[in-house]
Amino acid sequence: MAQLSDIELSETGLDAPSDPAGRVLILACGALAREILALIKLNDWGHMDLTCLPAKLHLYPEKITDAVADAVEKHRANYEQIFVAYADCGTGGMLASKCKELGVDMIAGPHCYSFFEGNDAFGKLEDEITAFYLTDFLVKQFDAFVWKPMGLDRHPELRDMYFGNYTKLVYQAQVNDPTLDRKAELIAQKMGLPLERRFTGYGDLSVALADVSRR
Amino acid sequence: MSDEEEIILSELNDEDLVLQMHDDLYDGMKEEIEEAVNILLERGWQPYDVLTKALVEGMRIVGIDFRDGILFVPEVLLAAGAMKGGMAILKPLLAETGAPRLGAMVIGTVKGDIHDIGKNLVTMMMEGAGFEVKDLGINNPVENYIEALETGEFDILGMSALLTTTMPYMKVVIDTMVEKGMRDDFTVLVGGAPLNEEFGKAIGADAYCRDAAVAVETAKEFMAKKHNQMAAG
Repeated sequence: MAQLSDIELSETGLDAPSDPAGRVLILACGALAREILALIKLNDWGHMDLTCLPAKLHLYPEKITDAVADAVEKHRANYEQIFVAYADCGTGGMLASKCKELGVDMIAGPHCYSFFEGNDAFGKLEDEITAFYLTDFLVKQFDAFVWKPMGLDRHPELRDMYFGNYTKLVYQAQVNDPTLDRKAELIAQKMGLPLERRFTGYGDLSVALADVSRR
Repeated sequence: MSDEEEIILSELNDEDLVLQMHDDLYDGMKEEIEEAVNILLERGWQPYDVLTKALVEGMRIVGIDFRDGILFVPEVLLAAGAMKGGMAILKPLLAETGAPRLGAMVIGTVKGDIHDIGKNLVTMMMEGAGFEVKDLGINNPVENYIEALETGEFDILGMSALLTTTMPYMKVVIDTMVEKGMRDDFTVLVGGAPLNEEFGKAIGADAYCRDAAVAVETAKEFMAKKHNQMAAG
């Protein structure tokens, strides 16, 4: 496979293979592409293919449901099973309703911060409502997903208006990478928040995909 | 006049100064707004006229361009920051001069949610429109809302949420109001990015407000209805 580009995963996503090799298609958010490909390789799930929608859809959560539905319809003739690798992701239950209607499963939980931590564990983090979360992908794409859309590149004086109620930045690391750790430190400084790094690995994402692999 | 030439606010006549204030609000120029507010007051303008004709009208234009996708959140926040500067000068004067009061609102972000940008914009616009507003801040459990409503000081309850995980809490508040037999005593307005009209209806709110300008207009409509009902009764 050609080298993955974070910018492409953000802006355009990842096409499904033109010659489907697997029985199962994982239809995912571009922000999860690297993690899912790593799990497929690690577990030797040769019957799984991956396609991704642009991660930037998260800036407009109201568009996610229709985009997923269109992609399911586009690919369903080529696969025995399609699994939607999105959580609710700000769709307010709309994505779950649509997936049920389409007869496809999706990841449980409100968002990737929750399923990377493990949905049960995340649900118990009641004292973390003032935490701002970043994953590996978001550490790499922080400017494109957070800083620029909020206008902070042009108006840094707005920083405290946006983040003034947050008390810490939690970096949920999927892999151990000192470069990302350093980047997370710089982001925390930029946001004016203390950093807490937590290694989550792939959390419930690996559980969900393992379940799909056994079907 | 060349674009480069500096505009001396104090040299503009009243009409041009007010138009310039609309431009400066649009561009989020807080210091210029503060200076212009002081100039108008020195020229004998009533604080209420400065508020409505210069600041509120300027923010109305900002609101229209935000609604139409010409301005985005960062620009609206800068404009709001400029208006806030002007409001800080006018607020004590408005209290002294007895500006018209349309009603009173208590507002807060719901439990589990710390996002307050939208709520703060609504608070400012409501105050600008002549409402008295008590801001409960962020992460409010139902008790905070009920305690405020039980003081009898308010006509309107405003609730805000930015997360799909926290917006259902609005229903907890409304259901508690129903249980306590106080729901019909108040107008309940809800807002926040993930909400919509359908959600507002489903939880039993009186209205969903898409943005701060809509919140002001909706609040005015409900207060007018209430006033008419009282007059008819």
